[in-house]
Amino acid sequence: MAHTPTARLSMLRAAMVIARRDFLAILFSRSFLFFLLGPVFPAVVFAMSGGLGQAKHENKQEPRIAIQMPSADIERVLAAHYKLQDELGRDRIPHFLILDRAKGHAELDIDRALADRSGRIGATLTGTLDDPVLTGTQQRLNEWRGYVAMQLAVARDNSNLAYPALQTETITTSGAETKNRRQDTAQISMTLLFLLMMLLAGMVLSNLVEEKANKIIEILAAALPMDAVFLGKLFAMLAVSLVGIAVWFTGVGLFITLAGDVGGIGMVLAGMPTPGVGWPLFCILFVLNFSMGYLLIGSIFLAIGALASTVREVQTLSMPVTMLQLFIFFFASFVLVDGAPILELAAILFPLSSPFAMTARAAQDETLWPHLVTLIYQIAWVTLFIRWGSRLFRTRVLKSGGGGNRLPLRQRLLARWRKRAT
Amino acid sequence: MDMALGDREQAGNAANLGTRPLAIEARGLVKRFDDFLAVDGVDISVPEGAIYGVLGPNGAGKTTTLRMLLGIIDPDAGVRRVFGHDRPHDIARLIGYLPEERGLYPAMKAIEAIAFMGALRGLPLAEGRTRGLELLEAHNMAGAAERQIRHLSKGMAQTVQLLGTLVHRPRLVVLDEPFSGLDAINQGKLERLIRRLADEGTTVIFSTHVIHHAERLCEGVAIIAGGKVPYAGSVEAARDRIPAQVRLETRAREGAWMQALPKDTRREGDFFMFSLPDGGVEPLLRQLIAGDAGILSLSIERAGLHDAFVHIAGEAAAAELGDGAGEELN
Repeated sequence: MAHTPTARLSMLRAAMVIARRDFLAILFSRSFLFFLLGPVFPAVVFAMSGGLGQAKHENKQEPRIAIQMPSADIERVLAAHYKLQDELGRDRIPHFLILDRAKGHAELDIDRALADRSGRIGATLTGTLDDPVLTGTQQRLNEWRGYVAMQLAVARDNSNLAYPALQTETITTSGAETKNRRQDTAQISMTLLFLLMMLLAGMVLSNLVEEKANKIIEILAAALPMDAVFLGKLFAMLAVSLVGIAVWFTGVGLFITLAGDVGGIGMVLAGMPTPGVGWPLFCILFVLNFSMGYLLIGSIFLAIGALASTVREVQTLSMPVTMLQLFIFFFASFVLVDGAPILELAAILFPLSSPFAMTARAAQDETLWPHLVTLIYQIAWVTLFIRWGSRLFRTRVLKSGGGGNRLPLRQRLLARWRKRAT
Repeated sequence: MDMALGDREQAGNAANLGTRPLAIEARGLVKRFDDFLAVDGVDISVPEGAIYGVLGPNGAGKTTTLRMLLGIIDPDAGVRRVFGHDRPHDIARLIGYLPEERGLYPAMKAIEAIAFMGALRGLPLAEGRTRGLELLEAHNMAGAAERQIRHLSKGMAQTVQLLGTLVHRPRLVVLDEPFSGLDAINQGKLERLIRRLADEGTTVIFSTHVIHHAERLCEGVAIIAGGKVPYAGSVEAARDRIPAQVRLETRAREGAWMQALPKDTRREGDFFMFSLPDGGVEPLLRQLIAGDAGILSLSIERAGLHDAFVHIAGEAAAAELGDGAGEELN
C-alpha cells in the first residue's frame, strides 16, 4: 500500500474541510428551510398586529367636550373654536359635542355623561361664558384646560385678532436633523444586527450538540487541531447565516417590489438618511461587523457546547449568554443616545459590544480608518475566543472512554463546590 | 516472584521486539482529569510494521493513553513521539484512527463519509471518493456507496467508518476496541484486515479487553491496569513470565518417588501439576522411573497470554497498582 505524504494541512485548509462539510450539510437539510422560514412567522404576527392596530385606530373616536350653555354662548364659543382651528390646526384643539337645550337636547347629567362607556365624552363645559365650568378627570383637565380657556377668551372678547402673514422658507435638512436621523439609522442597524445575531448564534450550539450526539467529534479532534475544527464550524455557520440574510433581504425586496409597500417597510428604508460612510461602504461594514460579532458570540456558544453534555444543560447555560447579548445591545444603544466619548470608546473596546458600536459609528461618522483598526482588533479577539473555547473543549469533552463527561454538569459543579467548602 | 515495578517495566520493555525503528514511543505519560488520575507514567514502544495490543480492563486508561499518543489530548507529563514527531497532528496524514465510540453523520452518503474522513487527513475529496469506491467494492459494499449512513445496518456503518480510517493509506492505524460490537464473522474479517495491513508494512495498534484477539494477532502488547503499564513487550516474553506447567499422570498413586516432585506440585484429579523445573524434566523423569512411579502421560503446557495477564495484573495489584478503575487522589 503506497502511503500518503506527511505534510500537515494548514490551519485554514483544515478549517475549510470542516466548514465545507458543515455548510453543505446544513444548506441541504430540511431544518435550513425551517430556519429560513423562521422570520416569516414573527413578520406575519407583526403584520397582523399592525393591521389590528390600524383598524383600531380607524375605529377610534377622539373624546369630545360636551358643551351645554345658553345658545348665544354656544354660538360664540363655536365661532372662536373655528377661528383657532384655522390657526392651530384641526387636530390640535379639542372638539365639542353640542347639547343645546334650545334645540331640544335634554338637561346634561354630568356624572352620567362622563361615566358613559362609549367614551364619546371626555369632559363637560357648563355654566355661562362669564362663569364657565369644565368638568373631567385630572388628566383631561390638564390636557384641555389651556385650549378651552383660550377658546373662551376669544369667544368672550369677541375680538378679531389679526394674525400676521408669516413668510416661510424650507430647507432639505439641517445639521441637527441629519444627526438625529443618522442616529435613527444607527439604532435601526444595531437592532437589526442584534436580532440577526440572536437568531443565528444559537445555530452554532445546536450544530455542536448534534456533533457530540453523533460521536464524530473525536474523529475530528484526532485528525485536526481543535482550533481548526472550531474555526471551520464558525465559518460554516457564518456562511449559512450570510446565505440566510441574503435570502431574507432578497425576499423582502421582492415582496415590496411585487406586492407594494405593505407595512411601510419600503418607506422606512427609503426615508433612512445616507450613513456617514455612504450606503455601499455601510453595507460592507455591516456585514463585517455582523461577521465579527457572530464569530465572537459563536465561539462563546461553542465553549458552552463543550461544557454541556445534554440539550437541557445547553439551554441552561445559554440563557446567561442570551442575557449578556441583551445587556450588550442595551449598553450600545445607551452609548448611542448618550454620546459620551468615553462610553463610546468603552463600547468599542469591549469585544462583544464592539461590532454594535462600530455599526453605529459607520452610520454617524465619515471617518474610515477606525473601522480598519477595530476590525483587526476584533479579529484578535475572535482568535483568542476560539483558542480559549477549543482548549476548554479539549479538556472538558474528551475525558473518558465514553467520550463525554462522567456526571451531569450540575453534579460536577456541586461536587467541586463541596470539595472546596471542605 | 516479587519484582519491583521499575524492574518489571525494564524487563517488559526489554522484551525483544526487534531493532526496527519505532512508530510510537511514549515515556512517562501522565494524565489527570480533575482529581482522577487516569494514566500514571505509561511507557510504550511500538516498532514500525508491528501489530501491537493495549490490553486492560474497562477504565484502565487504554483510551486516554491512545488519545494522548494521537495528540487528541495532551499529557500532563511525559513525552510521546509518533514517527519521531512530538506533535502527532503534524503527521495526521500518516495516521488512521477508529475511536471506541463509533460515529458518522447520519445524513451523509457512505462514499461521502469515507471521502470526508480522508479529507480530514489531507486526501483530496475526489481521490477519496475513488479510493472509497474501491474499498467498498473490495468489501462487497459497492451497492451501499450512495446510501445514507442512517439507512445502513450497524455493521455496515462500522465497516464504512473503518474504511474511512484507512482510505488515506496511513502508515499507522490506531483502533480503539475495534472488535466490540462485531459478530464473530465480522471479527474474523477484521482480524484478516489487520494482518493484511501489517503485511503491507502498516503499523497497527489496537486496544482491547479481550485477550484472545491480542494473542492471535499481536507481536507486542502493553498490559495496562489502574492507569499504569506493568508490562510492555513481546507476547512471547509475556507468556514466558509464567513457567510452563508440567502435567503428569502415574499408575502408582503414592510412593517414595513423590519426594522427587517439585515443591509447588498440586493434585488435580488423576494428575500432578507443577512448574517446569529450571533444569528441565529429564532429571525428574529419571527419578520417577527409578522410583517405579509408572508414568502414564507427561505433557508440558506453555502459559497463554490470558494466564500471563492474570499473573501480571496480580503482581500489579500487589504493587499497589489499583483496581483498574484509576486512583483517587486526595
